[in-house]
Amino acid sequence: MSTRKAKDYKSEVKPIWCPGCGDYAVLNALMRAFAELDIPQDTIVVASGIGCSSRFPAFLNTFGIHGVHGRPLPLATGIKMANPELTVVAVGGDGDGFSIGGGHIPHAARRNVEIPYIVMDNSIYGMTKGQASPTSPEGIKRKASPYGTVEAPLNPIMMALAYEATFVARTFSGKLKEMVEIFMAAIQHPGFAFVQVLSPCVSFLDTYAHYREITAPIPEDHDPTDLLAAMRLAQATETLYLGIFRCMADRPGYSRRFQEIQSAVHPMTVPEVMDRYQR
Amino acid sequence: MVKRDQTVVVRVGGEAGEGTVTLGELFTRIAARAGLEVYTFRTYPAEIKGGQVLFQTRLGVKRVLSEGDAADVLVVMNKPGWTENQRDLQPRGVLVYDPGAVSDPDTQGRAQFAIPAGVIAQELDFARGKNVVMVGALTWLFRLGLDLGRDIVNARMARHGDVLQQNLKALEAGYAYAEAHYPAPFPYALPLPEQFEERLLLSGAEALALGALDGGCRFYSGYPITPATGVMEALAKYLPAFGGTMVQAEDEIAAINMVIGASFAGRRSMTATSGPGLSLMIEALGMASIAEIPIVVVNVQRAGPSTGLPTKTSQGDLFLTLYGGHGDAPRFVLAPDSVKDCYYQMINAFSLAEYYQMPVIVLSDQAMASRVETMPYPESSCGIWSECLERQLPSEAELAKDYRRYRDTKDGISSMAIPGMTGGAYLSESLEHDVYGYPSQTPENHQLMMEKRSKKVEAARRRLAKWDSSARRWGHRGAKFGIIGWGSTRGAVREAMVQLGEMGIEIEAIYPHTLLPMPDRAVMEFIYGKKAILVPELNFSSQFARMISHRYYKQLDAQDIHVHMLAKEQGIPFKISEIYEAALEMVLEEGGK
Ligand SMILES: Cc1ncc(C[n+]2csc(CCOP(=O)(O)OP(=O)(O)O)c2C)c(N)n1
Ligand code: SF4
Ligand SMILES: [Mg+2]
Repeated sequence: MSTRKAKDYKSEVKPIWCPGCGDYAVLNALMRAFAELDIPQDTIVVASGIGCSSRFPAFLNTFGIHGVHGRPLPLATGIKMANPELTVVAVGGDGDGFSIGGGHIPHAARRNVEIPYIVMDNSIYGMTKGQASPTSPEGIKRKASPYGTVEAPLNPIMMALAYEATFVARTFSGKLKEMVEIFMAAIQHPGFAFVQVLSPCVSFLDTYAHYREITAPIPEDHDPTDLLAAMRLAQATETLYLGIFRCMADRPGYSRRFQEIQSAVHPMTVPEVMDRYQR
Repeated sequence: MVKRDQTVVVRVGGEAGEGTVTLGELFTRIAARAGLEVYTFRTYPAEIKGGQVLFQTRLGVKRVLSEGDAADVLVVMNKPGWTENQRDLQPRGVLVYDPGAVSDPDTQGRAQFAIPAGVIAQELDFARGKNVVMVGALTWLFRLGLDLGRDIVNARMARHGDVLQQNLKALEAGYAYAEAHYPAPFPYALPLPEQFEERLLLSGAEALALGALDGGCRFYSGYPITPATGVMEALAKYLPAFGGTMVQAEDEIAAINMVIGASFAGRRSMTATSGPGLSLMIEALGMASIAEIPIVVVNVQRAGPSTGLPTKTSQGDLFLTLYGGHGDAPRFVLAPDSVKDCYYQMINAFSLAEYYQMPVIVLSDQAMASRVETMPYPESSCGIWSECLERQLPSEAELAKDYRRYRDTKDGISSMAIPGMTGGAYLSESLEHDVYGYPSQTPENHQLMMEKRSKKVEAARRRLAKWDSSARRWGHRGAKFGIIGWGSTRGAVREAMVQLGEMGIEIEAIYPHTLLPMPDRAVMEFIYGKKAILVPELNFSSQFARMISHRYYKQLDAQDIHVHMLAKEQGIPFKISEIYEAALEMVLEEGGK
């Protein structure tokens, strides 16, 4: 039985988000997941980048680090490698994670570092007031794209699967209960866990109704160890599937691998190292 | 014909990838094992294979101060090795060469020692081994002893297959050839000391890495870049043996962010890079400053701008390290001035970073990182050259109630909780924040926090004034003429000053080891009463001279002290003669000694 309640993870800072912003649900779901797993606040670190969504850590009373734009993954990786005992969660937005910080995702996946990465994807730059993001639908007109964008949106689930991330899931701010379950699974996953949250921006691209219409749970018979099956589901565009596309728990995580190296290497002192450089 | 200072400059010229550097290194190590002091210098072409390399080693009976200027002994393995270096062979120098590669060199009367290394190697059916044949010949000429040569080849050369045996044979064959053909005493053989102390033989990069280990570094993340890679490679090897971790990052931005994360989580953490990488790290460096996270960043400078001259030396990143970044982001900048000093300044870097919770940049350069020097065993981690300071953690009382991570204090230092500490949870913020770490944008709070962070620099300035290591001053105390410099130019300056002293010119020098904060008191005492000061540096725009002129303009103006700039940006270090001539010119221009 968990002794902690979701509200025990809340800080006294009131979220700066617009009323109705999808990120509220993500905050609530993550607090619930922490409570369900009964993780002590002082052993959790939430690392983020910059954006509306990245303000996240301030609203929690766990340890938090609000870094620079696009770098929550390297920050979180450093934290996890320094102290593998901690529960380290990386969070951010679609601009933060797929644009400026997009170069870090393949490497977090390659390393299989034990970090859940929650991307609050609203397909827009909320904080900077509504420019197109890497997941914006083609043709959207905004002040910075007055003639409509001509770039195709990227498919974050396909991307994560192509990098063979060992845990890949999608959820939606309109489905709190499912989100809590996915977060719990991601936190417990012994490797890199990529979670795309469809988290609408009510101010610059309100997609609630659209997502309610086109989302559907991943079919129950899907085998999450079958990469190609996961890719087929990820490619469906008429229906946006929600749930766990991929889960492979057999590959040891990054910090585990380094712990193995450390225990295999004979311990040394500084004078012993120096002796190797005697003339 | 060995000079009065009992040093000999040996220069090796040859093709890159053909073992030229190995030749120089093996010979240097044999000489060091025989009890001589050594100091090397090398340039590489940017290509992996092909292009000329130059390896210079200076041997001495006592401590060697710099790589020296003109070669006493020139060793050449190919034609360009001779044509490109002959003008640097001093008038009474000697040439050691492979007649198969250079035929009939015109040495204008200087002695020649022909060693057919290529032919000898071929006869051994080991053409690749001609450089080791030459090492054998030099071992004889310098009378270093064949056994020492064997020891070094045994310890340094690849062990797979029969390569080691072939190398040993090559060494012996070269030795035997030279012994048979040149039995007379070699004019540049130095007397070998009978007794000598144990010494370390370290490159600057290795000294940085070992100093970091001694300074408690337990996490490193970096991205490969010449000439900083040596630091990463040494730490990759040893960190696991200390329970530490080395992560090769996907780029420098990731590297510094990992370092920040690891330090936030309580580990002493660092990265090393060169100019292009430091440029990428600047945004995160500002974050370490505002969020008050201790990190150490080593910048092994190379010649820029942009990709510039990737394998050549420079001191052109001074302004970037001092001022780079947006907003006022306090940091410390340290400038070791020898291989030995690299070791101690790394300990200091971690002390300053941890105690003041700030980024510290350590400036080295290509010449200092890739050269090898003999140095005494470091006395102890926290000796006269370094102070061991710790990060301040919150007390139990602080954690029990209302913990304020960014509490304002007298010296600006506030205790830093580590994830995992009960009651310690706080927000580490890159936004301006209040005492708890929560974002705050009020004018009063911003002012307060800017002051809090800059107070730490002032507190450090006061502490550093008591450190012996914050500046090095030597020469003729109170002389009318002075030299102010930083970093690896010190060797050439030291030697030029010895020569000036022999001319009867009184001069003294100061080398600050902390460029930020500057040891103002020491520098002001130094310039007091001077007629003129010379500021030598390896960059184009005289960055350090500008900084000095700006920072001390009141003292300089009031006493009418002239600043003479000596800037050189050619990718190579100063020659002793360049410093000597500039100093002489200063003295003459200012109306004599
Ligand atoms: C280096 C840098 N470039 C640009 C910015 C400006 N900026 C702040 S947030 C943001 C976009 C955030 O978008 P996203 O990650 O999708 O977050 P959202 O606000 O939509 O939640 C940008 C471009 C910045 N802070 N830093
Ligand atoms: S602008 Fe959009 S993303 Fe930002 S808080 Fe408001 S609704 Fe949320
Ligand atoms: Mg967004």
